Amino acid sequence: MSDFTSNFWNLYIAITTVVALVFCAWLLIAVGRDKGKASETTHVWDGDLTELNNQLPNWWRGLFWALLIFSVGYLIYYPGLGSFKGLGNWTQVGQLEKEMIALENQTRPMYDRFLAMSAEDLAKDQKAMVTAERIFQNTCARCHGSDARGFIGYTNLRSGAWSWGGDPADIEYSIAEGRTGIMMPMGDALGGEPGVKAVVAYMRSLSGLDHDASKVAQGETLFEENCVACHGMDAKGMKDIGAPDLTDNVWVHGGTERAMEKVVALGRNSDLADGDFAMPPHKEVLSKGQIHLLTAYVWGLTNK
Amino acid sequence: MKFFSHETLESKLPLLIISIVLVISIGGLVQLPPMFFQTSMTEPVAGLKPYTALQLEGRDVYIREGCHGCHSQMIRPFRSEVERYGHYSVAGEFVYDHPFQFSSHRRGPDLARIGGKFSDEWHREHMINPRAFVPESNMPNYPWLDKTPANGKIIATKMKRLQMLGVPYTDADIAAAPGALAGKTEMDALIAYMQGLGIHVKSVR
Repeated sequence: MSDFTSNFWNLYIAITTVVALVFCAWLLIAVGRDKGKASETTHVWDGDLTELNNQLPNWWRGLFWALLIFSVGYLIYYPGLGSFKGLGNWTQVGQLEKEMIALENQTRPMYDRFLAMSAEDLAKDQKAMVTAERIFQNTCARCHGSDARGFIGYTNLRSGAWSWGGDPADIEYSIAEGRTGIMMPMGDALGGEPGVKAVVAYMRSLSGLDHDASKVAQGETLFEENCVACHGMDAKGMKDIGAPDLTDNVWVHGGTERAMEKVVALGRNSDLADGDFAMPPHKEVLSKGQIHLLTAYVWGLTNK
Repeated sequence: MKFFSHETLESKLPLLIISIVLVISIGGLVQLPPMFFQTSMTEPVAGLKPYTALQLEGRDVYIREGCHGCHSQMIRPFRSEVERYGHYSVAGEFVYDHPFQFSSHRRGPDLARIGGKFSDEWHREHMINPRAFVPESNMPNYPWLDKTPANGKIIATKMKRLQMLGVPYTDADIAAAPGALAGKTEMDALIAYMQGLGIHVKSVR
């Protein structure tokens, strides 16, 4: 880009470049005057040993001339001489844009076809799923794993449990807009460690995990007093706010007693600004067609 | 004796030296100085702010750990790069960088648009053990960053030096800097730095 603060720099570049080229041409002519003659220099040793000033070989001078002519053509066609844009109107960004438009034109019919299909039908299209798999590996696998099974803190997309809803529409929204959920820290409200342990015992009893049976009754009472607003009376969660189902034995943040107690006591805030877990939005990273394709892929992982 | 001849040049050494320096510096003189007088090179992009004290300390952790040895921060305007990383880098994004972290070698991915792509928690776990997320990763572990307190002792001096270089820090920013690092680890600083990278230029689909 040649947006100089003053025209001086435009002239500075153009004049220096032209002068340098003219100088090279003059030099070639000047050293070529003694055609084929070996003119003597004043360098003489031992009385008769003389250094000769021979011509540069013709092939070398020919190449130099060719280079000079090429550079003149180059500077006329491409930008180079200060602010002169060149007759070809070429820019680096312009070339990129052309390539991106070509790509867009090439893939639009494919994505238009995908967008016209429901996610359910698209998930059955084996060829489309090959493309989807590649987008998944490039965009999603860093957090959700190359096998889509996630990690502690990152949703396992093959578990069949969907805190934010597992319908294609829910999944599409999650990918495009991202998800930010908040689990309140409940340590104080539950009366410290004994209360937390009791609630965890109750939660584990719902999923049929090992638990301290003597604490379940107390845990159930505490649960009904503190947790049902988000997780519901039946503990099956509420997808509108991303409150997970606590009865399905799927634990995003770990299913050990210690991990569960930590989440209950300290909470989980998936707001990016607060530096915890969050699903970032992808509507600026992926096109609508790509998001729809990924939706079908992710939905298809658990709906064969 | 001709003024311009082999004999003149080769028998007057100072003239030869000056002529050589002049000839080989023309390329540099034409390409480099005008860049300091181009608006697109010197004006920050819309919304760009100087690094906060925490981010600046993170930038220095980034340099100290040699992150630039494997990660570039420069998305070139090529289709393959724009498809993978996002909008190509523009000069106005780097006007407060002294020095630039462009780098020239990618053993790992480019980081010019890493800001906001992953959560802070992801970065923390990934920095402690990259293979927890990417089994085939060849990135080293950096577990000590999470245990080392961020150095607030010289942050004010660093910011003053950058102020001299034209970064618009106010005196209030500088006075508040050591406090902003209190209780933070180097990991916090590095993550704050990375989450701010490349967020001011968006690609629109």
